[in-house]
Amino acid sequence: MGNAIETFELTKRFKNIMAVDHLNIKIKQGEIFGLLGPNGAGKTTTISMLCTILRPTEGTATVNGFDILKEPDEVRKSIGIVFQQPSVDDILTGRENLVLHAMWYGVPKAIRRERIDEVLKLVGLESRQNSLVKTYSGGMRRRLELARGLLHLPKVLFLDEPTLGLDPQTREVIWEYIEQMSRSRDMTIVLTTHYMEEADRLCNRIAIIDQGKIIVMDTPEALKAAVGGDMVCLRTTPADPERFRKIEGVSKVEVQEDYVVLTVRNSGERLQEILAASGKVESVQIRPASLDDVFISYTGKEIRPETGEGGIAQRIMRQRTLR
Amino acid sequence: MRQAEAVYALWFREFKVFTRERSRIVTSIFTPLLWIFVFGGGLGSTVNIEGINYQVYIYPGIVAMSVLFSSVFYGVYIIWDRKIDILKEVLVAPLSRYSVFVGKVLGGCTDSMIQAIVMLLISFAVGVYLSPLSFLLAILILFLLSLSLVSTGLIIGSLMESPEGFNMVVSFLVFPLFFFSGALYPLNNLPMWLSAITYMDPVTYGVDGLRTATIGVSQFPLHIDLAVLAVFAAVMFTMGTKTFERMK
Ligand SMILES: Nc1ncnc2c1ncn2[C@@H]1O[C@H](COP(=O)(O)OP(=O)(O)OP(=O)(O)O)[C@@H](O)[C@H]1O
Ligand SMILES: [Mg+2]
Repeated sequence: MGNAIETFELTKRFKNIMAVDHLNIKIKQGEIFGLLGPNGAGKTTTISMLCTILRPTEGTATVNGFDILKEPDEVRKSIGIVFQQPSVDDILTGRENLVLHAMWYGVPKAIRRERIDEVLKLVGLESRQNSLVKTYSGGMRRRLELARGLLHLPKVLFLDEPTLGLDPQTREVIWEYIEQMSRSRDMTIVLTTHYMEEADRLCNRIAIIDQGKIIVMDTPEALKAAVGGDMVCLRTTPADPERFRKIEGVSKVEVQEDYVVLTVRNSGERLQEILAASGKVESVQIRPASLDDVFISYTGKEIRPETGEGGIAQRIMRQRTLR
Repeated sequence: MRQAEAVYALWFREFKVFTRERSRIVTSIFTPLLWIFVFGGGLGSTVNIEGINYQVYIYPGIVAMSVLFSSVFYGVYIIWDRKIDILKEVLVAPLSRYSVFVGKVLGGCTDSMIQAIVMLLISFAVGVYLSPLSFLLAILILFLLSLSLVSTGLIIGSLMESPEGFNMVVSFLVFPLFFFSGALYPLNNLPMWLSAITYMDPVTYGVDGLRTATIGVSQFPLHIDLAVLAVFAAVMFTMGTKTFERMK
């Protein structure tokens, strides 16, 4: 199967910030690909370049076989995007937003109404479709935005934090729909998210990027396996990390004031030794490694001063004050 | 065909915004009314120009002014669209920049022309009676004027980052265009320097043509007015499409 997206040394520099640094990624047709990374890692910038709204400083990419520099029009015709920043029109109704989108993307008149009804139903906005968007809640705007991205059935869909600010029910529905789109339409989906659970559930492959560079790229399963075992968390009186390191199968030890986190292969068999090595244990928790552990282990624990773009709530506040 | 529908969609959006934000039309009609009835009415009680009551004399000039202001200031909305991120949705769509520009221009011209029509309909209140033919001629002149000025406003809007910057640049443009256009005074007895500038102001020809159409006095023959306006519109429109192609 061919590649839906290929980047070649794709680079974007903003004055002295290397937002995207010689990125080489191949995304297969029909794949759900996750782009993860801390705030300011360069996810949105990468997507903006692939959508042809930002010009790379260096390098290029192809989307659906079209070069983003030489054939931007062809690229645009074949993609859909849900921006990280809300971009639905406040002063129109939900339905009007969709009708305009359908016209811009040349959705044939004969199926327009049907498609619009379908996506409205999917995101649960049927009953509010004729209200002005300025009367929507933050989550409702997000849902409308998603509906819009899906409306013209693009071959490649970019979702920049699609479920930011959505309630668990809606998130679940959206996940199912994303999966269904990818399966039944062979749609390629590139998704960024800060919810590891979402990435784990949806993505066939994940790239963790930081400071514009790929740190690691693999399937969620392989990434979790590479952590090297289960996570064992002990609530305990201060303990000597060296004693844990001697135990077979323990690959990582993190000791804090009153708890210890160990990464342990075959944790069940090692539990006795671990308990013997600790102080007075109050509680033990064993869980399989999650993508969160993967993410933290590759990108570190500290929060960067870089804050990236504001959350949806601030954005909506801003929109309101601006109008 | 696709692009035609897209242009229609762009225009439709602008039109909806216009009809939903009624404050826009109210404020843009209020100022011209002050000019006509307070300024024109006040001076008109003692002043006549070329045998015409001053209030009547400035009426066409004020109609042109209302189109001038609303057309150029329409450009600011593109800055807001960018600021609240709704422009991005349009720019990422498979539309040519030409279509985007045409859609925006048509939206702006519609706003201005609705105001223009309201202004023309109140002509009887100042004692100007328009025949259907002169009404249509006035509409044609105002459309050419608005086409060029909406293009001008959009060019400035697409180049500026903040509404404050836009307002500053536009103030330096709009007020001179207005005051040098002869909207408030006749052109035939001006000092050399002033006369030279008024001849260079394209709005002058809009005001002059409108005087021909509404009150039957003028400085230039009608065909000159129309020709200058058409050239001005063509130039600004072309520059606008070029600017949009390079935008962002
Ligand atoms: N228009 C811009 N001008 C200057 N710097 C920018 C611009 N856009 C992004 N950057 C910088 O580029 C870097 C990458 O930003 P980007 O928005 O791609 O991050 P991200 O991975 O999407 O982060 P987040 O998770 O917060 O959305 C950041 O350091 C950011 O400050
Ligand atoms: Mg981002």
